[in-house]
Amino acid sequence: MEALTVVSAAAAPLRSDNVDTDQIIPARYLTAVTQEGMGEGCFAAWRYRADGTPNPNFVLNQDCYKGAGILVAGTNFGSGSSREHAVWALMQYGFQVVIAHTFADIFYNNALKNGLLPIPLDRDIIEILWSVIEEDPETSLLVDLEAQTVTLPDGQRHSFEIEPFRKRCLLQGLDDMGYLLAQEEAIAHFEQVHS
Amino acid sequence: MGKTLFEKIWANHIVADETGAPTILYIDAHLIHEVTSPQAFAEIRRRALRVRRPECTFATMDHAIPTREIPLWPDEAVTQVNALRQNCSDYGITLWDIRGDIQGIVHVVAPEMGVTQPGMTIVCGDSHTSTHGAFGALAFGIGTSEVGHVLASQCLMQSKPKTFAINVEGELGLGVTAKDIILAIIAQNGASGGAGYVFEYRGSAIRGLSMANRMTICNMSIEGGARAGLIAPDETTYEYVRGRPYAPTGSDWDKARARWQELTTDADAKFDRSMDLNVSDLEPMVTYGTNPGMGGPVTGCVPKPTDMEHLQQRQDLAQALDYMGLTPGQSLEGQHVDIVFIGSCTNSRIEDLRAAAMVVQGRKVADHVEALVVPGSKAVKAAAEAEDLDRVFAEAGFEWRGAGCSMCLAMNDDKAAAGKYVASTSNRNFQGRQGPGSRSLLMSPLMAAAAAIKGQVVDVRTMLR
Ligand code: SF4
Repeated sequence: MEALTVVSAAAAPLRSDNVDTDQIIPARYLTAVTQEGMGEGCFAAWRYRADGTPNPNFVLNQDCYKGAGILVAGTNFGSGSSREHAVWALMQYGFQVVIAHTFADIFYNNALKNGLLPIPLDRDIIEILWSVIEEDPETSLLVDLEAQTVTLPDGQRHSFEIEPFRKRCLLQGLDDMGYLLAQEEAIAHFEQVHS
Repeated sequence: MGKTLFEKIWANHIVADETGAPTILYIDAHLIHEVTSPQAFAEIRRRALRVRRPECTFATMDHAIPTREIPLWPDEAVTQVNALRQNCSDYGITLWDIRGDIQGIVHVVAPEMGVTQPGMTIVCGDSHTSTHGAFGALAFGIGTSEVGHVLASQCLMQSKPKTFAINVEGELGLGVTAKDIILAIIAQNGASGGAGYVFEYRGSAIRGLSMANRMTICNMSIEGGARAGLIAPDETTYEYVRGRPYAPTGSDWDKARARWQELTTDADAKFDRSMDLNVSDLEPMVTYGTNPGMGGPVTGCVPKPTDMEHLQQRQDLAQALDYMGLTPGQSLEGQHVDIVFIGSCTNSRIEDLRAAAMVVQGRKVADHVEALVVPGSKAVKAAAEAEDLDRVFAEAGFEWRGAGCSMCLAMNDDKAAAGKYVASTSNRNFQGRQGPGSRSLLMSPLMAAAAAIKGQVVDVRTMLR
């Protein structure tokens, strides 16, 4: 997993609640046995029309939001299926950060495990972000994980929560596997007591 | 202060609990399937790790496989199924292969085999792992990274969720089922109302339910946003588990049973949140929107966005109704249906099929409706055939399929076409869930069977009296 410290990038507004993982990556893209190729399926049902051509009405297809590195969504982002493919898809599409009012539990965990930073913020701040980036799509947001802040170009700064352990893992690019394997003694002890 | 059922199971599985780090939780049973496991095995190989306890992982084939006899499988399904075979054989994992007698949807097969037992921690790379909570097991869905963690360490790093009591009292009326209870809970509490919590379903209405019905309820905990749902084990649970292939026997059974009897929430335990539902006046439920919280009683109407309190709610409902092609204020009864799907880990057990067959018996599927029944497992299929249910369905005009997920997630060839209305016993009505552009109306097996006969949404109670 790659370390993530500071992200300074343009943001795209996804004005929806309950964006489920079936929207982020539809089931028909889950046929792979590797992680590759998921970016193409990212929001496929919204991005493409039935004939496969881009849907001009979908926000991510608007030229001004091409290349955005931050996605700003509403409540309960990533609900539904546990498919980690949703996180891979968002990252391969080019997002490093998802800001939302709230996240579904499994998606939130999956994101952290891959170095995609999920940032929960109050609903009124989400509304502000949406209007700011809609007004000027070139607005660049500054996300500082160490400081746990999101800063707008006008200096407006919002703090966000993240568990200290998860923050350290992201900052250093550490995944859980190493940590778990280092617990061998405790695991073996547990197994002995409970067998 | 006493402990809740959740807290007891959690405490029993703590391997390490260092301050400043998530809890390391021991996992008793790990279920895998062909779609979310290959990348986890790739990681195990890349790091040259071993699978710590292969005897605790069980694999089945369900998501991508076809459920009809077709001579040539799509390449992708073949690749995934073969990868699972290879991975299970390389690492010594039990595989319930589609070629064998034991196979079906992971959340149907594991309980049938007696793998699912009270007090366990159970995980699977699938969000509906919450199903197994019906046995008083702490069971939840995980991502593929975590599948790798469990394979390598038999453990997971978890932050402790909060507890949420759902008290269900009253007596269900004729034609009202467990599916209606859970749809009502989610409608009341919202699709994200349970985020950060583990539900415990309690009360007389829950105690009276069979294991199949309890599984239906726990299955959809995730649709209410909860990570897991629990029901304390009791005689109904023990009776179900006893004698199954992986259930304890002899003196082990007695010991296990004594342990399981401790698995209840203490009278003086406190929950972080609670809600009450009286089901005596509950009606059969139907969803009209694009998340499972957008549902209501069948005799009701589709709500109007203008009636919603918040702007975002208005927009979301308007968007959902636009996708669904429904008119604000229209009645749910009489809504046209094109396809009827009876199946999925929510409602594909023998009890579900019996209920549907009772409605279908001696009647015919409406001319314009395409209807299919997909049993949850080969065992369910065999049991149904032994009772002649396959004939009841076939004579009425239903297709009778092999076991699998099928049109619940439309990964195989069972897809609803764009714009079609599917009366479905599954658990998700997300946009495109049952095929690109498809429109799902979630309901109970009784209600779906009735919709097949009438070709529209109908209150099944009018057909039972
Ligand atoms: S039946 Fe549907 S919800 Fe259940 S495991 Fe299969 S795809 Fe998932």
